[in-house]
Amino acid sequence: MSGLGITYGRGGATSSLMDLQNSDCILIEGSNMAEAHPVGFRHPMIAKRKGAKLIHVDPRFTRTSALCDIYAPIRPGTDIAFLGGLVNYVIQNEAYFKEYVVNYTNAPTLLSEDYEDMDDTGIFVGWDEQKRTYDFNKWRYEGMPISPAVGGSQGAITGEAYSNRVGQYDGAGEFPTDPTLQHPRSVFQVLKRHFSRYTPEMVEKVCGTPKESFLEVAKTICENSNPDRTTSICYSVGWTQHSKGAQLIRTSAILQLLLGNMGRPGGGIMALRGHATIQGSTDIATLYNILPGYVAIPDANKTHNTWKEYLETETAHTGWWSNFPKYATSIMKAWYGDAATPENDFLFDKFVRINGDHSYYPTIMAMKDKEEGQGVEGAFVFGQNFAVGGPHARLARDGLRNLDYLVVLDAFDIETSGVWKLDGVDPKTVGVEVFFMPAALVAEKDGTFTQTQRMVQWHDKSVDPPDDARSDAWFVYHLGRRIKELYKDSTDPRDELIQAMTWDYGHEGDRQEPIIDNVLREINGYTVADKKPINSFVQLKEDGTTACGAWIYCGIYKDGENQAKNREFGEAPHANWGWAWPLNRRILYNRASADPSGKPWSERKKLVWWNEEEEKWNGIDVPDFEPAKNPDYRADPSAVGQAAISGNSPFIVNADGKGWLFAPGGLKDGPLPVHYEPLESPVQNLMYKQQYDPGVKKYDRPDNPYNKPMDPRYPYSITTYRLTEHHTTGAMSRWIPWLGELQPESFAEISTELAAEKGIENLDDITVITSRGKLHTRALVTDRIPVYDFDGQKLHTIGLPYHFGPNGLVTGGFVNDLMPVSLEANVSIHEAKAFTCNMEKGHL
Amino acid sequence: MFLRLTDTDGLWSKLKNHVGVKVKHPVSESTRNLRARIHDPGVQKTTSVCPYCAVGCSTLVYHRDGRILDIEGNPESPINAGTLCPKGSATYGMHVSPHRWTTVKYRRPYSEEWEDLDLETAMDMIAERLKNSRDNNWQEKQEDGNPLNHCKAVASIGGAAIDNEENYLITKLFHTMGMVRVTNQARI
Ligand code: SF4
Repeated sequence: MSGLGITYGRGGATSSLMDLQNSDCILIEGSNMAEAHPVGFRHPMIAKRKGAKLIHVDPRFTRTSALCDIYAPIRPGTDIAFLGGLVNYVIQNEAYFKEYVVNYTNAPTLLSEDYEDMDDTGIFVGWDEQKRTYDFNKWRYEGMPISPAVGGSQGAITGEAYSNRVGQYDGAGEFPTDPTLQHPRSVFQVLKRHFSRYTPEMVEKVCGTPKESFLEVAKTICENSNPDRTTSICYSVGWTQHSKGAQLIRTSAILQLLLGNMGRPGGGIMALRGHATIQGSTDIATLYNILPGYVAIPDANKTHNTWKEYLETETAHTGWWSNFPKYATSIMKAWYGDAATPENDFLFDKFVRINGDHSYYPTIMAMKDKEEGQGVEGAFVFGQNFAVGGPHARLARDGLRNLDYLVVLDAFDIETSGVWKLDGVDPKTVGVEVFFMPAALVAEKDGTFTQTQRMVQWHDKSVDPPDDARSDAWFVYHLGRRIKELYKDSTDPRDELIQAMTWDYGHEGDRQEPIIDNVLREINGYTVADKKPINSFVQLKEDGTTACGAWIYCGIYKDGENQAKNREFGEAPHANWGWAWPLNRRILYNRASADPSGKPWSERKKLVWWNEEEEKWNGIDVPDFEPAKNPDYRADPSAVGQAAISGNSPFIVNADGKGWLFAPGGLKDGPLPVHYEPLESPVQNLMYKQQYDPGVKKYDRPDNPYNKPMDPRYPYSITTYRLTEHHTTGAMSRWIPWLGELQPESFAEISTELAAEKGIENLDDITVITSRGKLHTRALVTDRIPVYDFDGQKLHTIGLPYHFGPNGLVTGGFVNDLMPVSLEANVSIHEAKAFTCNMEKGHL
Repeated sequence: MFLRLTDTDGLWSKLKNHVGVKVKHPVSESTRNLRARIHDPGVQKTTSVCPYCAVGCSTLVYHRDGRILDIEGNPESPINAGTLCPKGSATYGMHVSPHRWTTVKYRRPYSEEWEDLDLETAMDMIAERLKNSRDNNWQEKQEDGNPLNHCKAVASIGGAAIDNEENYLITKLFHTMGMVRVTNQARI
C-alpha cells in the first residue's frame, strides 16, 4: 500500500498477527476484524486478557465493537478527519515520542521555501488546474535539486507492498535540519500547522464522533505509546476502498511515527488482507506495471528504450533501490537462461513495454468498447469472480459478453463464466466462446500462499483433484509448452523471447503435474554456474551470474531447504513457523526498537540491539538492518546505496533512512493527508473548499454516471461489507451447503430510525437505487448503525454485504452494480466504503 | 462432552460406585468405542493452509486412498492454534461439494447451453486462440518510435486466490508473450 510505502519504504504489513499479543493498546479502524478476520482476532483478544485496551472506530457497531473496550462511531469516509484529529492531539499535548521523532523521522528536516502551508482551499501549492496534477518540485527538502524524476509514487501504482519509486528522490546529499524542531520550515512545524485545524470539535462536527469518545480514544492511545508501552493499528479495506485511500492509511502511518510505535513489539500497522495470497500476488505480481519483487516493468513513455537507460532511470542513488540492476538482471536470467547475456543486454530489446494504464478498469472498458488498437478479444480468469465483485459489476459483465473468447479456471458455476445467460440477455445474441476449466483446490496441489503479515506457508498436495480438475499451475505450464511448440520454428525476431523462455520445471505422474518445488527454487534464485540456491538477496549480481525470479523471496530456499514448510511453534516471534520476506524478518524497521545508541528503549519492549563486543546487531527477531552497521556510523553526504543510510536510520528502504512524516515528492494528491468528502457525499466538506480529493480519476461516460455531492435524490451513504460465513464474491462459499445454511441470503442493514421514517419493518422487501443501478433485497433493521446529526441534518447509512449473485445455493442481487468506477490517485482503488444512494420500500 | 461425563472416571463411575445398584451405562458399548475416522488405520495427514482470507490459518488434511476425509485446524499453529472460522471449517465441504464442476465445459458462440469437451482438446484450442490474438494484434512500436513489443488484445485477471508459484508462471509466460493486460484483485 503506497500510504505505508511512501512513509516507511515498504507497503507490507509491518508486524504480525501474533505480535498483537504484545500490544498495550490496539486501534481497529477500517476493519471489522472479529467478523472478517475471525481467527486473526484471537490475538487482540489475547492482548485484552493480558490487560491491553482495544478500540474500535467504525460506522457500524459490529461484533468487533462489542468486544472492544471503546467503540467510537464515525461517519463513512471521514477517517482522515478522525486520524488527523489524533495527530493534532498528539502534537498539541506534546504526547509524541520526542527522541524517536527527532532521530528516526524527517521531522527536523527543513523544507524549501517553495512549500507553502495549505489554506482553506484544500489544495496544496503546485496545483496545475489544466492538467489537474501537482508539481511535486514544490514539496522538496531545502537543498534538494529540482528534478523531473522526483515524484512520489509517480508511475508506480502498485499493490500490497512497496512500489519501486516511493521513498526515493534523486541525488544524494545532506539536507539542513533543526533537531530542536522549532524552525518554522521544519517538517515538524509544517505538520503541526497543517493539522492544527483538526480539533476535537472539528472531529465531532465532521465525523459525527462525540467529542468525549474521540478524547477517550486519543488519551488511551497516548497513554499506551512510550518507551515502555506500544499501540498497534489494524486496518482493512474499510480504509483502502476510498477515493483517498492511500492518504487515509498515510495518516495512520504518520500517527504511528509520532508516537514512536514503529519497529517495536506490539506496535506497527497490521494490514488485514482479504485473500489467501493477495500479498503474494503483488509480491510476485500478476499486475501490469511491476515484475516480481516490485521491479518496474519497462515503460515506452519513460526513458527505458535501452537496457542502460532502463537501469539508470530506475536505480536510486541511495537507499535500498540502489540495488535495482541486480534484481532486474537476475529476473532476466531466471526467465531467459543462457540466451540472456550481458552482450545482448539480457534480451531487453525484445522485452515487453507498457504505455499507459492497462489495469483492471481500463481493461474492462476495453472489453466493452473494443476500440481500435486497444480492444480486448480474449481473457483468462484465474479464480476471480469479477462479474460479481468488480466495482460497477454490470460494466464488467457487459465487457465479458463482448469478448471473442473467455477462459475461466474455477471450481463452481460462477457468474463470470455463466455471464452469457445473465441479466436477462438472450444467449443467442451473445458471441463469446467460453471455456470453463475445472480447477484443483488447495488440498489437491502443492504450493505457497503469502498471508497478511508477509508470511509464506507451503501447503502439501494430499490427493489428486477429481476428474479433469487441474491446478492453475498445470494449466499455465501446459499452455506454455504448447505455445513454445507453436513458435518453435519461427524466425520472426518478435518470437525470440518465447523461444528463449526457460520452462523446464519437469512434471510428474500420469497427469503431468509440473513440479512446484522447482518453480519455488527459481523464485528463490540460484547461482547460474552451479544452480545452487542462494540464501540472501545481498548475493545477487548484475553481471548475469545469478538468476532470481523474485528477489524479495530470496532465502525462502535457504541452505537448499524449503523454509515455507517450517512448522515449529517456538518462541515469539515464531521465526520457525513458515517464512516471512524479507529474509525472515518478522517485524519491519525493528532497528527502531532500540534507541539511537543501539540499546533497547526499555526491557519490556526489547527486540533487537547493538552488541558492542561482537560489533553486530543481535535480537529476538532478525534485524531489519545491515548486520554490522554501527549505530554511530554517519553517512557521508556523497555516499551512495546503503552506505548513505546512517546507523540511526531504521527506515532503510527510504532514500534518507528516515520515516517520512512529510513526503518530499509526495503522493500524487499531496505530501500530507487532507480531509475531503467521498466523491459521492450527502454533505459539504466543512474543512476546506475542495469537496473531494482533487487527484481522483473519474470516467465520465454514459454507462458510469456519478451521484453529485449533496444530490437530494441520493441522500444516504452505502458502506459495503463482508459476512463471516461468505468470502468475497461467494465463489468459494455460495456453493457450499454448510455455509449456505449459516448465511442463506442477501440483505441490507438499516437503522431503526431510517426504517421508521420509511415505514419499513424488519425483513421487508426494499430497493436500493443509485444512478448506476438498482438492487432488490430485504431489510435487516437493527440498532447497530448510528445515525449522524450533521449541522441539524440527519445522515443515514446503509450497510450492504456484497457476496451475492444469481448462481449457486445462496443467491442475491449484485451489490457492486450500484457502485461507480472511480480511481484513487495513487493506487487506482474504487470507493466501495462510502457512496450515495436512495432506498425505497418494496421491489421497484 | 457427554461421553467424557459418562466415561469410567466421570459421572458413570460415580453412579456405579455410589448408587450401589446395577445401572445400565447410558451410552451403548459400540457408541463408546466409536473413534473419529481420522484415527482409522491407513489415514494420512498432510499440512495445508486455509484458502479463504489472508489470516493464513494452518490446516490438517486427513485422507486415505486418494480421498479427503476431513480438514481441520492445526493445533500447532501460532496463528490459529487449531481453530478455524466457519469458512475455514468449510474447506472440506468445498472440496467435496456435490455442486463442484470437475469436467471441462464449453459454450459455443451464440449457444444456449454448455457442452462437454475433452481436456486436451480444450487446451489445444485455447493455445491456438492465444497465439492468433498475439500474432494479429502485435504492436512493435508506438508513434514516437519507442519500442512496445506488446499485445493488448488478451487479458489475464486473477491471482490472489491461487498459489504464488502459479502467479509466477502466469506473469512469466504472459509477459514473455508481450501481454500487458495482467491484473488481479490487489489494488492497494
Ligand atoms: S479459517 Fe477463517 S480466519 Fe482463518 S484463514 Fe480461513 S477464512 Fe481466514
